[in-house]
Amino acid sequence: MHETTGERWGRRVVLTLLTVFTVTPLYVMLSSAAKPLRDVQNDFTWLPSRPTLQAFVDMWRTVPLGRYLVNSLVVSSIAAVFSVTVAIFAAFALSRYRFRGRGVFSVTVLATQMFPGILFLLPLFLIYVNLGNATGIELYASRTGLIITYLTFSLPFSIWMLTGYFDSIPRGLDEAAAVDGAGPLRTLAQVILPSAVPGIVAVTVYAFMTAWGEVLFASVMTDGQSRTLAVGLQGYSTQYLVYWNQVMAASLVVSVPVVAGFLFLQRYFVAGLTAGAVK
Amino acid sequence: MATTTAASPQLGSQGPPGSSPVRSRRVRGARRSRLPYILLLPALVLELGVHVIPMVVGVWMSLLELTQFHIRDWSTAPFVGLENYRSTLDVDTVTGRELLHSFWVTVAYTTASVGLSWLLGASAAVFLQRPFRGRAFLRTLFLTPYALPVYAAVITWSFMYQRDTGLINHVLVDQLGVVDHRPFWLIGGNSFVAVLVVSVWRSWPFAFLCLMAGLQNVPEDLYEAAYLDGAGFWRRLQYITLPGLRPVNQVLLLVLFLWTFNDFNTPYLLFGGSAPHQADLISIHIYESSFITWDFGVGSAMSVALLLFLLVVTAGYLVLFRRRRIDA
Repeated sequence: MHETTGERWGRRVVLTLLTVFTVTPLYVMLSSAAKPLRDVQNDFTWLPSRPTLQAFVDMWRTVPLGRYLVNSLVVSSIAAVFSVTVAIFAAFALSRYRFRGRGVFSVTVLATQMFPGILFLLPLFLIYVNLGNATGIELYASRTGLIITYLTFSLPFSIWMLTGYFDSIPRGLDEAAAVDGAGPLRTLAQVILPSAVPGIVAVTVYAFMTAWGEVLFASVMTDGQSRTLAVGLQGYSTQYLVYWNQVMAASLVVSVPVVAGFLFLQRYFVAGLTAGAVK
Repeated sequence: MATTTAASPQLGSQGPPGSSPVRSRRVRGARRSRLPYILLLPALVLELGVHVIPMVVGVWMSLLELTQFHIRDWSTAPFVGLENYRSTLDVDTVTGRELLHSFWVTVAYTTASVGLSWLLGASAAVFLQRPFRGRAFLRTLFLTPYALPVYAAVITWSFMYQRDTGLINHVLVDQLGVVDHRPFWLIGGNSFVAVLVVSVWRSWPFAFLCLMAGLQNVPEDLYEAAYLDGAGFWRRLQYITLPGLRPVNQVLLLVLFLWTFNDFNTPYLLFGGSAPHQADLISIHIYESSFITWDFGVGSAMSVALLLFLLVVTAGYLVLFRRRRIDA
């Protein structure tokens, strides 16, 4: 298309500024992770005085990062798998059936997204504690409690997005399967799921990211044993000293998998958002 | 994979209902069957258990004197009716004054953050509309802050804001010489700007993502026609791009508003638990009122008041938008 000189320069200036804004913190994380402790305790420098990977070695000893990493992995993976499974069934019902209460259900589920987390943090905390005292099921300060909590966080968006995906699969395929004598669950398993793989993968990554990044509930609902990365990374600052190089190294290590997963699958998110936005 | 392209989802759902005999039999059969309810049951139980029931409990808690003396056994907590609300919302008390202050700080924070995030997102989306070398790379780069776990992002920013060892003061004081003395960023007056910048950095990519998706629905030939009619960049923006983005904006602005107003992570991680007075955002204010003073009754009353406020604003926004759409 046609672009005047003014537009071209406008584009260059705006995109350059946005790039600088976006990249600066990423660069700080990357470069500081390669610095010796001395560098991050003095005036900021753009480059390490002597590039080293020592921070990536030390970070496992300063705090029990390994345990936090395992906790986050376990909690996020299980929450993601359960969240997507539950969402698949719900989305199948919403996409393929018209039934009483369908609208109410959709609206309620989406509305829970707007509630301030702090509003049900307090009651949920007390419910978990009291349920534990009464029945012996440990939900407070356990990974189980976190898993149950987190899987509901990604549920509304997952249901919404998967319903859009399922709607895009032609019903002719269902009908063909029905003529062949397949029941609804076989139709779901053999017709719908294979066609919706990109959507399911995208929603799984989203659910994983949601659990991986949650801070508020993690800070209240965990103890030393069940602590996740979200809270654990704050352990690098002691009263006297912050191991900034190790914090940056640890941040880098815990970011790379989710960022890579998201960026790799970004076009499915765009497709899902477009489907939702035009409806 | 081809079935998941942007436009196809509506196609499936827009077919006339009951267009084939097999389907209508299926739908009628389903109305009688319990299957859809069974399919929805797990989702329903989880939503009820983790969101709806705790919320009802939260409302009940806001009517109790639930201080540290009663937390072990709720049944001993005296019922005080609306007392918690009275002490929370009465601006003559210290608690009420502090909450009102926190409310206005949050309003300013939300307005500025949503406005700037939208502006940056829209600029990026518009300038990445036409193909050029490096476009795909920039698009991926701009989405990175959104994908980064919030704690990794905010901890990095808090390192940059450090008075003696951070990048911001290094650039401002040592390299550019704009200021003489190294300012504090995480305490005092600057803390509001500090938390706002982090908030925009984290949320503008989401605006970009949505607006980019929205622009894909604006037909290319409209731009061609406008260009042939002699419309310049700003006129095309005003008459084609912005109207084309209206459906996206309706959802996007509301979502950004709710997220930013409820935002807990950014101030909590940036300030390490206790926010400075100038950046005392509402969710962290409620958190401190509850967990530091151990007065859950008052904390719940504040949360319920916040929820009611958000409900009213959301309802008003939706009504306003619907009316404008009918006028248009």
